[in-house]
Amino acid sequence: MKEVTPSPVELDAIADWSDDSRRLAAEILGKYPDRRSAVMPLLYVSMIENGYVSPEGMKAVGLLTGLTGAQVQAVASFYTMYKREAVGEYLVSVCTSISCFLADADDVLAAVEDETGVPDGETGGDGKFTVEHIECNGGCGGAPVVLVNYEMVEGVTPEKARELVRWLRDGGPEVISTDEMQQLFGGRRSFDWAVKEPEGSFLPVPAFGPYGSAREVK
Amino acid sequence: MTQRILTERMEAHRADSHTFERYEATGGYTALRKGLLEMGAEKIAGEVKASNIRGRGGANFPAGVKWGFLGPARPAYLVINGDESEPGTFKDRQLLERDPHQLVEGVILTSFSLGVHHAFIYIRGEYPKPARRLQRAVDAAYAKGYLGGDILGSGFDLDVTVHLGAGAYICGEESALLNSLEGKRGEPRLKPPFPAVEGLYAKPTIVNNIETISNIPWIVNNGGLAYASIGPEKSAGTRMLSLSGHVNNPGNYEIVMGMSWRELIYNIGGGIPGGRELKAWIPGGSSAPWFVPEHHLDTPVTIDDVGDRGSMLGSGAVIVMDDSTDVIAAAHRIVRFYEHESCGQCTPCREGTSWLERIFNRILTGRGRPEDIDLLLDVSDGISPGLAWPPVMTTICPLGPSATAPVVSLMQYFRDEVEARIAAEVVHG
Repeated sequence: MKEVTPSPVELDAIADWSDDSRRLAAEILGKYPDRRSAVMPLLYVSMIENGYVSPEGMKAVGLLTGLTGAQVQAVASFYTMYKREAVGEYLVSVCTSISCFLADADDVLAAVEDETGVPDGETGGDGKFTVEHIECNGGCGGAPVVLVNYEMVEGVTPEKARELVRWLRDGGPEVISTDEMQQLFGGRRSFDWAVKEPEGSFLPVPAFGPYGSAREVK
Repeated sequence: MTQRILTERMEAHRADSHTFERYEATGGYTALRKGLLEMGAEKIAGEVKASNIRGRGGANFPAGVKWGFLGPARPAYLVINGDESEPGTFKDRQLLERDPHQLVEGVILTSFSLGVHHAFIYIRGEYPKPARRLQRAVDAAYAKGYLGGDILGSGFDLDVTVHLGAGAYICGEESALLNSLEGKRGEPRLKPPFPAVEGLYAKPTIVNNIETISNIPWIVNNGGLAYASIGPEKSAGTRMLSLSGHVNNPGNYEIVMGMSWRELIYNIGGGIPGGRELKAWIPGGSSAPWFVPEHHLDTPVTIDDVGDRGSMLGSGAVIVMDDSTDVIAAAHRIVRFYEHESCGQCTPCREGTSWLERIFNRILTGRGRPEDIDLLLDVSDGISPGLAWPPVMTTICPLGPSATAPVVSLMQYFRDEVEARIAAEVVHG
């Protein structure tokens, strides 16, 4: 892959980003033959910086990719994972699509809403939780599934969902690990997961290495 | 019948099938040497064509034929579709988590055969763990010299970029995926031109599913004819089926096509839990028209047998519903999915799915009207005239017509339930 050194103008656009994010931005720009293709990964980096896709974040991504703020906003608004308003520390997503629905996922969603005190689609006043129902997330064999900051746990009962919420609220884990949650609150799985994954997420951004959001589970 | 091609390693080596060390120790990357150093590009393409493997993403188009459509302009690109989002489907997730090197080796062989020097693997955003596994496999392949410049001294160069989506079902449609990869809204393109001629960055591009490409190392090692000899002629090879819903043993199963649905649901799936009866099942993802036990239990599980009976094997997602299922609520849940995921480009889909959802919602909340049955069918007909299968298209892509499948199936098999519900004015749940 080619190394890309952002121009002074571009560096100025992300002057307030952390060193890690600035390094990531350069790495991401080097992964594509056309700068515009970096819009999606850079939007994730802007979420790492600001907690959500802010107007400033979209402007910065635009300067890095040669797009206007409006063009970036058109992209950001198309995809449900780019949150354009601040979300809670823990984004709890309950799948209620067909296979999870057949496994009583609506009861799991109701339990999460009740235990967090946050209705579907909203963020609590203390900024701890955002609750949402989501469409199919590919955990159908272990339905119903819940995601915390996009890390999945399968085979969740309403009671286990309440325990999960209490664990997040009282324990305040820094890194969310899919394997740890599965062990503590999960049930049936879509398939054998084999060895534990060493990394998890720490922000409502999918914890994917090149985006810099994956952290080692302590 | 079962035969393991894709899942052999992960079943035999549960602890470390995803690692480079285990992959090489169990015959991994031997196909790469054979392909790059002995066979050459044309011979690989010939074997893939001879294998008769049909794309596993949902459309079931023969992969070797698709490769043959690659236009002459250069550079050309290979894009792997890992946006697995069809409700009920979770096979690619397992292939990514448990055997990512199998995919990487397939990507290198395919790229070499097509003359591609930059391949992209598009993974849905909600799959961070599979994406991490894949990225580590890609990193390991670079470190070993299987990616990058002059691979194995063959003179062939290849870069691979793993790209994460951000939550849009429509990006599983290949031209929408290409727009998304170009940093645009994931809206499907009008075709022609097809991606093989004008795809990514308007250059010739082949888009293949993860499962399809994961088969390539085996085909290169064992020959196309060996693959073609597995299973029925027009449904060659093994196939990952994702079983979910009301079965005792949900999960992914690598099967040889040709068995009956009865065998799949009752033997492999372990039957219906709690001694309940089978009411209906969806044979190929939520876009597919439903099957019912009175008509379809002895139908063979093949692409063409399912197609001939008015449905599709699609993405291989089998969703089973027992006799306790509120099929009206189930149909609503599927329609709601398409309403949420419509990209909004085409009026019949954007408006139609929204109307279908609202009418269902009315019925489920005790406010249904007798004429709602005809209205649901009329709106569906507006999205896909004639309500035929395969559907007639008024839209750029098949998303809108997909939303009509559960409506038509519901009225075909369970119209009396809908009539009774409307008459009773019962609030769902």
